[in-house]
Amino acid sequence: MIELAVGIFNGIGIGSVLLIAALGLAIVFGLMGVINLAHGELMMLGAYATFVVQNFFRDLDAGDGVFGLYIIVALPVAFLVSAVAGLILERGVIRFLYGRPLETLLATWGVSLILRQLVRSVNWLLTIAILLFCALFFGGMWLLRRRPNWEGMKGWAIAILLPLSLAIAGIAGWAMTGNATLARPWFGPRNLDVSTPPWLRGGFELGAYRLPYSRMFIIVLTILCLAGIYWFFNRSDWGLRIRSVTQNRDMSACLGIPTGTVDALTFALGSGLAGIAGCAITLLGSVGPNVGQNYIVDTFMVVVVGGVGNLFGAIIAALTIGVSTYLLGSGALARVFEDINSLQFVAEFLRFFTSTSMARVMVFVLIIAFLQVKPSGIFPQKGRTAEL
Amino acid sequence: MNKGLGRRKFLWYGSAAFGTSLILKACADPNGQMTAGPGADGDTIKVGILHSLSGTMAISETTLVDAEKLAIQEINANGGVNGKQIEAIIEDGASDWPTFAEKAEKLIDQDGVAVVFGCWTSASRQAVKDVFETRDHMLWYPVQYEGQECSRNIFYTGAAPNQQIEPAVQWLLDNKGDEFFLVGSDYVFPRTANTIIKEQLAAEGGTVVGEDYIPLGSTEVTPIIARIQQALPDGGVIFNTLNGDSNVAFFTQMQGAGMDPERYPVMSVSVAEEEVQQIGVDLLVGHYAAWNYFQTVETPENETWVEAFKAEYGEDRVTNDPMESAYLMVYLWKQAVEQSGEAYDIEGVRAAAIGQSFQAPQGLVTMNENHHISQMVRIGQVREDGLFDIVWATDDRVDPQPWNQYVPETKGYACDWSDPNKGGRFRLDEA
Repeated sequence: MIELAVGIFNGIGIGSVLLIAALGLAIVFGLMGVINLAHGELMMLGAYATFVVQNFFRDLDAGDGVFGLYIIVALPVAFLVSAVAGLILERGVIRFLYGRPLETLLATWGVSLILRQLVRSVNWLLTIAILLFCALFFGGMWLLRRRPNWEGMKGWAIAILLPLSLAIAGIAGWAMTGNATLARPWFGPRNLDVSTPPWLRGGFELGAYRLPYSRMFIIVLTILCLAGIYWFFNRSDWGLRIRSVTQNRDMSACLGIPTGTVDALTFALGSGLAGIAGCAITLLGSVGPNVGQNYIVDTFMVVVVGGVGNLFGAIIAALTIGVSTYLLGSGALARVFEDINSLQFVAEFLRFFTSTSMARVMVFVLIIAFLQVKPSGIFPQKGRTAEL
Repeated sequence: MNKGLGRRKFLWYGSAAFGTSLILKACADPNGQMTAGPGADGDTIKVGILHSLSGTMAISETTLVDAEKLAIQEINANGGVNGKQIEAIIEDGASDWPTFAEKAEKLIDQDGVAVVFGCWTSASRQAVKDVFETRDHMLWYPVQYEGQECSRNIFYTGAAPNQQIEPAVQWLLDNKGDEFFLVGSDYVFPRTANTIIKEQLAAEGGTVVGEDYIPLGSTEVTPIIARIQQALPDGGVIFNTLNGDSNVAFFTQMQGAGMDPERYPVMSVSVAEEEVQQIGVDLLVGHYAAWNYFQTVETPENETWVEAFKAEYGEDRVTNDPMESAYLMVYLWKQAVEQSGEAYDIEGVRAAAIGQSFQAPQGLVTMNENHHISQMVRIGQVREDGLFDIVWATDDRVDPQPWNQYVPETKGYACDWSDPNKGGRFRLDEA
């Protein structure tokens, strides 16, 4: 009985990690139709934000246990960092590519490569150069835009400002190159360790087993996120606007809904959720430039199985995949059939898949088989309506 | 709004992009080459360094480049090899096996190097093996590996399985119990290593109660934790051949599940000082690792080396086993060149390399006829500062056996490159 409870808990634990990672993607992919391959990297940004907050609290801690509270602060910070990054991504790249899924795919993949390299090599020098460039270029553009003959001189302004800003930023960067502290990478290519807060380290004793608090924390966090999203979409004004734009963009625009803002907001929300997921996965593993890559396939799997544009589908899919991965991989299912004499061959078959790698293979096979029966996932989109 | 790109605009954007690329190029750090000392081509000896400076393996492999560069610097400062300075040409294998082969070809054909120091993963070594064999050139390889290979063109200065895995298993059997659970990443090294362990345990009277692999880099280890708890409810030995990120997840979740090192001691063979820092010291305190070298080895050579390394690369850096192998192999090669007299005479250097001894940080090492080195084996326990307490060491150096003597297919085989009739694989009883 205890074993069953532990099994269910572990399965839900795996599923909730998948779900929290997939939530943002489900929103972006489901509502906006954008295949965002940089989702994993947005998670990575959230994880790095957690690392930074943790270090800040470590300095702050004077032996009074303040350090343990870092995770409470890290969650909103991770959300904000990833949301802002997502906002820049949407305003800078994706809004030019709506309705062109292949280009979006390539562009976001490129962004994911850039982000991965960025966290490896980012240092004060690079930051100063980038900020200087942004201040010069966008500041200059903002000033010039107030001139009455802006439309006429737009091309010229860009052509002069861009190389000029680049040159100044480049020269400023070059002038500071000798400074070793400025040139030292913030994070570097190596994986970094985020230590779990002391109060999440233990576990709930259950017979011979122990249910780790960190898993429980992730499960609770996932539930809170789900509740928050549900409330946002169904009870708030902006949620209503997002839903209406999803259902009929032209009609919404005619009725005065700022569709551009809605797009940006939805994307930022999805990205912010990726940040929270990134914060959550620091409880399980380390932070590194490739951390997002480990999750991107699984998250797409959840979204595809769940059915596009349906959060409820994503929940069911994540939990199903999580529980079946656990039952197959840990051999729990095989043990059930072992006790029944006439079903020995089933147990033998399942034992073959009792290893984490083979369980993954089996889950993939099951998903492919399932998609043959229901090609659009558990809850397919009906017509033009996207349900939440 | 959507007028598209006009010709003039296109020109502007184009020139801006061109300018950007120029600036970026100028800003990029030109660390591709390390030239040392004065002198034109004839006065230097060119050597190739081929490791991943980018990609997933860069974390580990850049440290080897540091160690090799330090050895070259020291040799150059002490007058070079046969009076000639060493010039290192560093190439990036980019954690990509075809790139490794391509760069190896480039180093041999275009740069005309005398030797290549390089590779980490078995996959990259196997990718370049062919290049070195068809050109009859020479690679020095510094990382512990799964054995079952003995190439005439490669010198292996990391541990063969009988210099790391087998003593570790034996020590666990003697001190920690005879029920083993094997955990590994899903690729060639862990699978081969675990085959060896299973054969050894069958021969020595231990049992394998479970075995599991997860994809490289995967962090979902809950099923494995559950399986270990099922198979070893009262504790037992875990033999860990996981690589990279998975280790973090594994040790974090082991701690979360309340599996302490007292009841569930983990023996790792891919976790050294560098990795301990990354995984998190507090997760690893009390667990074990088997290597030939630890930073805490007490020899005068090690003291000097650690000091020199920290002086060159920073106080917070640590040294570890693969780095030490990378460091000592440059010296072994140097001695071989000095004996043969001519660095570019591959055949001569190869013959002279066999039998070379060097007082390395880990102790005296000697290159054998089978192109592997005799070296000490040590087992360390992670302590609070992230370094290892050496809890056990062999009395003497262990001679390498590239062909494993526990696996039936290679039992009774050996390798001897000093005798052309024996070569890379011959039966011991026939010889």
